[in-house]
Amino acid sequence: MQLSSNAQLKKVRIQTILMNFVTKWGTILAIGGLLLFFSLSMPDIFMTSSNITTILRSISIVTVIAIGITISLTINGFDLSIGSMATFADTMVISMFVWHNIPTVPAILVTLGVALVVGAFNAFLIVKVKIPDMLVTLASLFIFEGVAMTYAGGGSISQGMPRLDGTPTFGVIPDIFKTIGTAPTIIIIMLVVVALAHVFLNYTKYGRYLYVVGGNMEAARLSGIPVDRYRTLAYLLSALLAAVGGIILASRIGSAQINAGAGYLMPSVAAAFIGLSVAGAGRPNAIGTFAGAVLVGVLENGLVMMSVPYYSLNIIKGAVLVLALALTYFRKK
Amino acid sequence: MKNISIDFPGVKALSNVDFSIASGNIHALVGANGAGKSTLMKIMAGAYNHYSGAIYLNGEEVAIRSPRDAKNIGIEIVYQEVDTALVPYLTVAENIMLNVLVNKMDKQVFVRWPKIHQAARQILKRLNIQIDTNEIVQNLKLAQKQMVLIARAIAEDCRFLILDEPTAPLSNTETVELFRLLKDLTQNHNVGIIFISHRLPEIFEVCKDITIMKDGQVVTRKSVTELSVAKVVEFMLGQKLSEVFPKRQVEIGETIFEVNHLTEKEDAVKEINLYVRSGEIVGVTGLVGAGKTELCKTIFGSLKTKSGEIKLNGKKITIKSPFSAVTHGLALVPEERRKEGVLVEEPVFSNLSAATLAKFSTPFGFIKSLAEKLNARKMINDLAIKTPSENQKVAFLSGGNQQKVAVGKWLNADADIFIFDEPTKGVDVGAKHDIFELIGRLAAAGKGVIYATCEFTEILGITDRAYVMYDGQIAQELVTANTDEEKLLFYSTGGK
Repeated sequence: MQLSSNAQLKKVRIQTILMNFVTKWGTILAIGGLLLFFSLSMPDIFMTSSNITTILRSISIVTVIAIGITISLTINGFDLSIGSMATFADTMVISMFVWHNIPTVPAILVTLGVALVVGAFNAFLIVKVKIPDMLVTLASLFIFEGVAMTYAGGGSISQGMPRLDGTPTFGVIPDIFKTIGTAPTIIIIMLVVVALAHVFLNYTKYGRYLYVVGGNMEAARLSGIPVDRYRTLAYLLSALLAAVGGIILASRIGSAQINAGAGYLMPSVAAAFIGLSVAGAGRPNAIGTFAGAVLVGVLENGLVMMSVPYYSLNIIKGAVLVLALALTYFRKK
Repeated sequence: MKNISIDFPGVKALSNVDFSIASGNIHALVGANGAGKSTLMKIMAGAYNHYSGAIYLNGEEVAIRSPRDAKNIGIEIVYQEVDTALVPYLTVAENIMLNVLVNKMDKQVFVRWPKIHQAARQILKRLNIQIDTNEIVQNLKLAQKQMVLIARAIAEDCRFLILDEPTAPLSNTETVELFRLLKDLTQNHNVGIIFISHRLPEIFEVCKDITIMKDGQVVTRKSVTELSVAKVVEFMLGQKLSEVFPKRQVEIGETIFEVNHLTEKEDAVKEINLYVRSGEIVGVTGLVGAGKTELCKTIFGSLKTKSGEIKLNGKKITIKSPFSAVTHGLALVPEERRKEGVLVEEPVFSNLSAATLAKFSTPFGFIKSLAEKLNARKMINDLAIKTPSENQKVAFLSGGNQQKVAVGKWLNADADIFIFDEPTKGVDVGAKHDIFELIGRLAAAGKGVIYATCEFTEILGITDRAYVMYDGQIAQELVTANTDEEKLLFYSTGGK
């Protein structure tokens, strides 16, 4: 009797240790496992420097947008509207080149400015009007998708293409803008965003306040932290980063397409949630989000190379998100 | 009920309690906080099943082990938090007939609304209550919600009705209306009512008998005609508790903090006048629900102010939010430690710097993590916080140590006024002593301390002066040296 209960106890303890290990290092292990699996099954093409560059390039936009989500998660909020924000930014910046022939720097600045307005709109409804974040951003997802489409006149915008009313366009997309979307610039931008977010969240008081607000809003308020201000900040940053993602996207595809940013919502959310548990952080963090984006990116790249049709990829990406959420919430119980 | 005993992990909540009530009577159950009134009533209503002892109805033993058992023999309970028992977006009729709708539908699929409304109307008419059965419950006033609950209890053949502090949230006119209803129930429907209340004067108004409890035992059971408010207080307190309070002798200086005619936006506290001198510990006491927490939160800007002014060091200040309160030099250790005081998922060191992070940051906002951790270590040492290291999550600390963290985060804040709201709640004796020491040190450093508690022994033990609250207002100001528990309880229960 004594023996069996001891054995039972041991079993439980081993289970807990195992569970903790999986939640802590599962993401890293999964990345390693996938890399191993893909390189073994496609030895000549997967582990080449050009393919690794492709993977990094393809995850940059996801990572930048996912960092925005990460920041909205730190205050225990959520921003669903980032996909639309990216589309909106894509449309804005391309239209400024093609329609108005505005140089690169002011075009980008105006686009980022518009993103801040969108972020302020979300923040106002969440913080002041007190609508739940998920619902506000679901509504603004549609609003800004619609705004982007209306602005573009219901179609796409690209160089040389006349406007819908027939007006010819003479603007060109500057070469310098086009380099943003190519390696290595795009990868450098991603790494810089991750590094800045990491420093901001972990080494500044602003980042600490964001976590404190997210951890316990009432305690934060009673500690004299201006809670509303920091919640607003989080939504501004999340819209801003989504816009950065949209600008990079514009540079990569060189045009403004209908709903171009929508496809980035799901992998970005997945990356941010996978990132929660990486290395036992237990909270939204930039490095974890980056790891999450790498996992999603490697998976997608490998599957495409193994000729899984693109229309089936969403099944796998969705399943990965479910797995990441399961790891996060199952432990919380 | 005979020989009722019940244990909870670590505590004996009730020991050998006898309690009885006749139908057609209003019977009062009184006792200080933690005396075991609510536990006894929950046993009677079937909320616990691990008690020992027996319950008799008309001389026959009955088994009450679940809420269903209690309902079957006609025992209904109305808990203090009425909102938890009502469905806010359903109509009055649906709420009254809820049990019928849930349990008596049998195989019937469709609801016969006219019948439901008619039945509900009849019950309301029987009780002489004027509420439209089509009204949505969330639009009702608190007193009306309570009546809906009582009506629901009556909807099922109710013989005994337990009311747990029904009058605490009610205004005077609402209370009068409730009493009319209770009298009607006992006289015309032969219901036996058990009435739990902290307000002694009203007990003498409506009840016939009183049972007084203390520390999980029944002290006495008498008819109201044999007792007076003062006598009841004596029974409730029993012998005086002796606890050692490390009270320091501190030179009391000028008035540094003044509150004039402060009224909360929704009248949770009204017309508050108080002042604090430097080096002085000012107590705020009163029973649960008297408005102590609301007073603390209104001063701190966490609840909105309707009118009144606050002066710090002779200058008028406006406190719109906790943020501005902190900027002006106020600090609050809130009552709900885990919900409002500490960040349980964060380590000790970041909790200790949460209110003063600017002190540990460079002008550009970068955190000086070494300074932050050294500060945490110093605090852990000074406050004798028991933790393996400053990196431990606060969730893993004991209640007393969590409280020390909640206090510790303010010590660097250069605050002039420290507000403590029930800082010793759920704290063991050793940690209590440490917290009192700490408060004494703050006073000795010339700070002003506002100390809110419902424990009279603490008021007598560590304060210099005390305000007694009743019904959201300050009923009396007392100098601690010239007062005693009897006086405190007398004013707390509405005595004049």
